[in-house]
Amino acid sequence: MTKPRTTGPKPWISLSGIGVFAVLLLAVAPLVLTDHWLNNLGKYCCWAIAAVGIGLAWGRGGMLVMGQGVFFALGAYSMAMHLTLETAGDRIPGFMVLYDPLAPLPMFWEPFRSAGFTLLAIVLLPVVMAGILGYALFKRRVKGAYFAILTQALAVALATLISSTIRETGGDTGLSDFKYFFGFVLNDPANKVMVFLIAAGLLIVCLLAVWQLYRSRFGELLVATRDAEERVRFLGYDPANVKLVAFVVSALMASIAGAMFVPIVGIITPAEIGAAASILMIAGVAFGGRASLFGPALGAMAVGWGQSSLGSTWPEGWTYILGLLFIVVILFLPNGLSSLPSRFPGRTRPKPDVPPTPAIAAAELEEVRA
Amino acid sequence: MTDASLVVTDLRVEFSGFVAVGGVSFDAHPGEVRFLIGPNGAGKTTCIDAITGLAKGTGSARLGEKELLGKQVHKIVRLGVGRTFQTASVFDELTVLQNLDIAAGRHRSALSLLRTRRGVDPSIEQALEETGLAGELTTPAGILSHGQKQWLEIAMLLVQDAKVLLLDEPVAGMSQDERTATGELLRRIAAKRIVLVVEHDMDFMRRYATRVTVLHQGKVLSQGTVADVQADPKVQEVYLGTADAIAVGTPNRKED
Amino acid sequence: MDALIAPLLNGSAQGALLLLAALGLSLTFGQMGVINMAHGEFLMIGAFAAYLVQQVITASNLSIPVALPVAFVVAGLFGLLLEVTIIQWMYRRPLDTLLVTVGVGLILQQAALQIFPSQGVPVEKPGWLDGQLNILGYEWPLRQLFTILLASVCVAALSAWLKYTSFGRRIRATVQNRDLAETSGISTRTIDRLTFFTGSGLAGVAGVAASLIGGTNSQMGAQYIIPAFLVVAAGGIGQLKGTIIAAWAVGVALSYFAYWTTGSLAQVLAFILVIVFLQLRPQGLFTVRTRSLA
Repeated sequence: MTKPRTTGPKPWISLSGIGVFAVLLLAVAPLVLTDHWLNNLGKYCCWAIAAVGIGLAWGRGGMLVMGQGVFFALGAYSMAMHLTLETAGDRIPGFMVLYDPLAPLPMFWEPFRSAGFTLLAIVLLPVVMAGILGYALFKRRVKGAYFAILTQALAVALATLISSTIRETGGDTGLSDFKYFFGFVLNDPANKVMVFLIAAGLLIVCLLAVWQLYRSRFGELLVATRDAEERVRFLGYDPANVKLVAFVVSALMASIAGAMFVPIVGIITPAEIGAAASILMIAGVAFGGRASLFGPALGAMAVGWGQSSLGSTWPEGWTYILGLLFIVVILFLPNGLSSLPSRFPGRTRPKPDVPPTPAIAAAELEEVRA
Repeated sequence: MTDASLVVTDLRVEFSGFVAVGGVSFDAHPGEVRFLIGPNGAGKTTCIDAITGLAKGTGSARLGEKELLGKQVHKIVRLGVGRTFQTASVFDELTVLQNLDIAAGRHRSALSLLRTRRGVDPSIEQALEETGLAGELTTPAGILSHGQKQWLEIAMLLVQDAKVLLLDEPVAGMSQDERTATGELLRRIAAKRIVLVVEHDMDFMRRYATRVTVLHQGKVLSQGTVADVQADPKVQEVYLGTADAIAVGTPNRKED
Repeated sequence: MDALIAPLLNGSAQGALLLLAALGLSLTFGQMGVINMAHGEFLMIGAFAAYLVQQVITASNLSIPVALPVAFVVAGLFGLLLEVTIIQWMYRRPLDTLLVTVGVGLILQQAALQIFPSQGVPVEKPGWLDGQLNILGYEWPLRQLFTILLASVCVAALSAWLKYTSFGRRIRATVQNRDLAETSGISTRTIDRLTFFTGSGLAGVAGVAASLIGGTNSQMGAQYIIPAFLVVAAGGIGQLKGTIIAAWAVGVALSYFAYWTTGSLAQVLAFILVIVFLQLRPQGLFTVRTRSLA
């Protein structure tokens, strides 16, 4: 009997890859990087966490999630509200007083005084929301472009909503000026390192989670659902449930990413969660390789670096680069940079290429019977 | 394995006013290789579509005591009704083992889905043995030959423990040897299950059918043993000039 | 009563503008299966074309009628360029066309931002659009009527073109069965290009109309793309009739929501409305009933 094969390189290779990555992030980076760059790296880690989730939903599950900003926002604003209240203490947050000195704290802010509730909200809000949304959409077999556009529309809607509620959410200026992070003074360099380590650690945890998911039976089922949804149905599964799990996990990761983004970057605005931000998250995943384990995270870090360094020093050029990135990668390298090694002759590691068009197989099946 | 029979009564399927199946009744029992034949457009595949929940039908299709019509596709599958498609549809990206493992997996708990597979299920080994795919365990399904893909589909039905196997043109595009192997396979697996085959190939039908239902323009034209059906003047009329052509193995057109 | 009628008029005009933006999408998405996220930027190109025409023909009375065909051709040519360079390699990867055209949209936006002043450019409204017309006792601003009229003309022209010309018949044949169309001597390549040209050109026309109502700047396309897609989806893919009704409904809904709440909240509500609607009818308002999986 031959040994069962899993997709991609041998599991222990990937696992040791995660190990090396963990050492680099958790041990080496804090030693060699300046405070400024460590903080930046923490920001990239947040985007990478969201990207790992997108890789799961899009790369493996075939669901192009173009509105991850929504879930990013749930985590980010939950955290930001808590930190704002923590900073304000017993008083009403400053920006609210600015608009109406006498108004009470909005009802939905109140529970975020509690650290426990905040942490719970960061986890539960995206799970519940993605659960309801995904259940509704997948059961009705909304997929492909429809799904992508609808999720993007939600991100636009949420960003618009936040922009227009200055009094309650800070509007376009967002929430900022956090002084404390669960009792720790955020200005303290040591605490900054701690916050970075939490973000980097969470990234490693997310990578481990998808590593196990990808090699599990669920991972195989997810790929099968991506490639031939109808066929899966005829094996007695409800593909909607399979997709739902992947979608909810990816939403959870986006929320965690958002939650860590707030103490690291120090500000959250609708611009960080709207259409453009959601698309930026996709860009990194496409660049790195949507279906691979490390591709999404590394791609997101690369794009994040471009966004925060080139984006501020040479904004015009960066937008062109980003646009070209989409065109070139999707057109010529649908599997992203992670597929490059297998393209060079001589380095023939048996690595099954994920097809550029997961939707096609399913579409064909439908076509055949149409 | 099961004593329940598949009983279809007065099945009707309409598409925007077009009657694809107009009141078809037939039954199939464990132990027989039941054939559903008929010229293009007779409604054979539509019958299967209706039984498996893909097309909306009225009337009744019962497996034992359980009504199948009106249920969702995956719920019908869970009652033990499995099917194949005219174009073999397996998961090309995944290996033969992974394909079978997914087919075998619907009984598993959600938790075990999150674990990695260790070893090969006994039911999978048995199905591999049965279909002669034992040597292809780690081959990606996408590079199997056409015939092997069809067998893989049948193997998937076996491991998913289907009580009823609805096979849509299982030997289309197969070589003569492969047809014989498939026929023998169907005979073996029919011992404990209900096997219903939709076919164009009259020669294949003659060799392996225990009972036959002939459909024509959405209605049952004739029913009985191969000899009965062949002797039926109505069947001869419908098939005059076409039966021969099909028997020599003209590639089958998609029925639409 | 007036308070209830005014948003209706306003909403109809808004719906007409949405329809203009969605019409081209309906053609390229519905007929070709291409998800062109740069469609909004083609609309922007149309608006800038109107501005440029005004630099040459300074009389605004004349410049807008001239700008309409110019914008159609210019935006159409951009679409043609996109089809020839990129889209034609991706017909079998519909979801990927979405991402590629996101990239194209980004580049076009940035280019517009650098070529034109970042705060946008003024497109002067012709004098003959200033007045109001009294119909059934209500004063209709001519500008709104003009948008509605323009949308009607475009819809009529498009449907006549699809229905009665041989090109139109070939487009429909190609949509229904590409292989068969090809073997019957239709050059599907030519048809694809022509369809994409026309769809993109319609975005240009929409851009001229948009420039008369709102600002003309590099961001304007991004505002329209998602609502336009939602309209196409809600109307039913490739269903002109559905697109018209959906556009009108969304426009009127937006207008009433804005009247009752605020502009941005109205947008949120309209989005949610469409999403809920698609939940009820995932295939949109009108669908072709086939033997496929519904």
